[in-house]
Amino acid sequence: MSNTPTTLKYAKSDEWFDPATGKVGISDYAQEQLSDIVFMEITVSEGDEVQAGSQIASVESVKAASEVLSPISGKVVAVNEDLTNSPEAINSDPYGSWFVQIEGGDGSELMDAPAYEKHCEERAH
Amino acid sequence: MTYIPISPKERDAMLATIGVESLDALFQAVPAKYRFPQMNLPPALTEMEAASLLAEIASSNENTRGDLISFLGAGMYNHYIPSVVDHILRRGEFYTAYTPYQPEISQGTLQAIFEYQSLMTALTGMELSNASHYDGATAAAEAVNLAFANFRGKRRKVVISPTVHPQYRETIRTYTQGMELTLAGDDAAADLQAAPEALTPLIDVETALVIVQYPDFFGRIFDYTRLIEAAHAQGALVCVVANPTALALFKTPGAMGADIVVGEGQPLGLPMWFGGPSLGFFTTRKQYVHKMAGRLVGETVDSRGQRSYVLTLTAREQHIKREKATSNICTNQGLLALASAVYLSVVGKNGLKQVANLCYQKAHYAAEELSKIPGVGLCFPQPFFHEFAVCFPKPVAEINEHLLEHGIIGGYDLGQDYPALKDHALIAVTEMNTRDEIDMLVEVVKEVLS
Repeated sequence: MSNTPTTLKYAKSDEWFDPATGKVGISDYAQEQLSDIVFMEITVSEGDEVQAGSQIASVESVKAASEVLSPISGKVVAVNEDLTNSPEAINSDPYGSWFVQIEGGDGSELMDAPAYEKHCEERAH
Repeated sequence: MTYIPISPKERDAMLATIGVESLDALFQAVPAKYRFPQMNLPPALTEMEAASLLAEIASSNENTRGDLISFLGAGMYNHYIPSVVDHILRRGEFYTAYTPYQPEISQGTLQAIFEYQSLMTALTGMELSNASHYDGATAAAEAVNLAFANFRGKRRKVVISPTVHPQYRETIRTYTQGMELTLAGDDAAADLQAAPEALTPLIDVETALVIVQYPDFFGRIFDYTRLIEAAHAQGALVCVVANPTALALFKTPGAMGADIVVGEGQPLGLPMWFGGPSLGFFTTRKQYVHKMAGRLVGETVDSRGQRSYVLTLTAREQHIKREKATSNICTNQGLLALASAVYLSVVGKNGLKQVANLCYQKAHYAAEELSKIPGVGLCFPQPFFHEFAVCFPKPVAEINEHLLEHGIIGGYDLGQDYPALKDHALIAVTEMNTRDEIDMLVEVVKEVLS
C-alpha cells in the first residue's frame, strides 16, 4: 500500500501539493509505477506563470518516461535543481523530493488523502 | 522452382476447406484490371545462364578498384580497406538484416557497438558517442534536434556556415521544416573567403546551435576555438561536422570546445558503393546525453558480477517517450559501425595518422602541380587537408569529360552548389592515388587547356 500523507493535496495526474509551503512533487504511488527513476528535468524556471495541468517537469525511469504536471495555477517561486543530480531520491523519499514551489493557490480544488487513495485503488483494478 | 512457401497440394487443401474451386475463382470479386497482370517475361534461365548474364551486366560498370582513377570526394572518399574488415562483417554472428539488441543473446554485437562508441569518442575528443546514424547528413540534422530539445524550443535559430556540405544543409532544412526554426548564415551571397568568425554577428540569445564543418566543404582547416567561445558567450551550442580521417592529424573539435561532433563514417573502412549505405557518427558531452537521439550501449555487470553490455538510457527514445522524444530515430547502422570499429582497430592509432598524412602530402603535391598550369589556380589561400578547390579557365564538365576518356574521374563541380564558384572543381586526393596517377591528372588537364 502506498504512503499518502494527510497534510498534502493530490492531483489526478499523481502530483502532490503542500498547501503550507506551495511545494510540488510526485506521489509514492507514482514513483512506484515508474520504477527506478534515472533522470528528471524541470522544464519551468523561477518566475514562470504556470497553469494547472501544464507541464513543469519530466521524469525518466528505466522503463518509462512521464510528464509531471502542475497541480495548481500560479507562479513558480523556487526550483529544486539539486533533485536533478539525484533523481533516485524521488523513489526513496517521494514526499521529501519536491520539484518546484508554486505560489498562487491553496489547492482546495485538489483531492485530499482519502480521495486520492481511492483514486489509486480504482486504477489498480 | 517456387519461393512461395505453400505447395500446390496445400493450396488446394485450403481452397477446398473454404469451398472455392480455384485461385482464380477466389479473386473473382476483384475487378480483372486490378488483378496481378500477366507479365511478358523471357523464358526462365538456368543458374549457369543467370550467373553469366549478371556477370556481363556487372562488367559494364566501371569502378575505382582497377577501372578508374578517382579524384572525386565531396563527402565520400576512396580509401584502402583492409580485407579483414569484410571477413569479420560477413561472419554469421554479425551478418544479419536486424541488429539484435537483447543482452541475453547479443553480447558480441553490443560489445562491438560499445567499442565503436569508445573509438569515436577518442577520435573526436568528446565524452560520449551514440551507436551511430544512417549517414553524416542525418547525424548533422540530429544535432539540430538535440539543440532544439536542449533549449525546449525556446531558442529557434540555427546559424550554419555556408561551407558546410550543401547536401547536409539541405537535409537539415528537410528535417526541420515545420519546427519553425530560422536557419541563417548560408545564404547564396555569403562570403566564402571569410574566416569562421564572420558568423559571430549572427549568433545571438535566440541561437540554439552553430554548425561548422572541419575540414570545411572546400577542404580547409580552421581552428574554431574562437567562434565556439563566441557562441558559448551567447549560450548557444556548437556542432562541428568532421571528417574522421582528418581527426587523426589535427586538433580535435573536442579540444576546441565543441558541444557536438558529427560526421560521415564512410572513410573508416566502408566502400563508396553508390553513395551509400553509409554511417553517421554522433558524439557529444555527457550533459546532453538525455537529449541525444539514437541507441546507446553501456557497460555494466551482470548478476554474477561479470562485465556485460546493454542498451542504456532508453527512456529518452521514441518507443518509450513517444512524441516528447528528441528524435524519431530508434536504430543504428549496426553492421557498418562494426566495420568502422574493425577498420580502426586494424589500422590503429598510428596507422590512421599515416593514412591521414599520406592524404595530406599527396593532396598538397597535386595542388602544387595543378596550380603550375597556366590558367589554373587554388581558390583559397588557407591550409587544407586532402581536398582543395581549383579554378579552371574552362567549364568543369568539359574537363571532366576529357579526364574520363583517360580513365580518370575528375573533381566535383562546385558551380552546381555555389554560383560564384562557376568553373571551380573540388579535387580530393587520398592514399589510394599514386604519384603517377596525380602526374597523369596534371598532364591531361594541361592537354585540355592547351
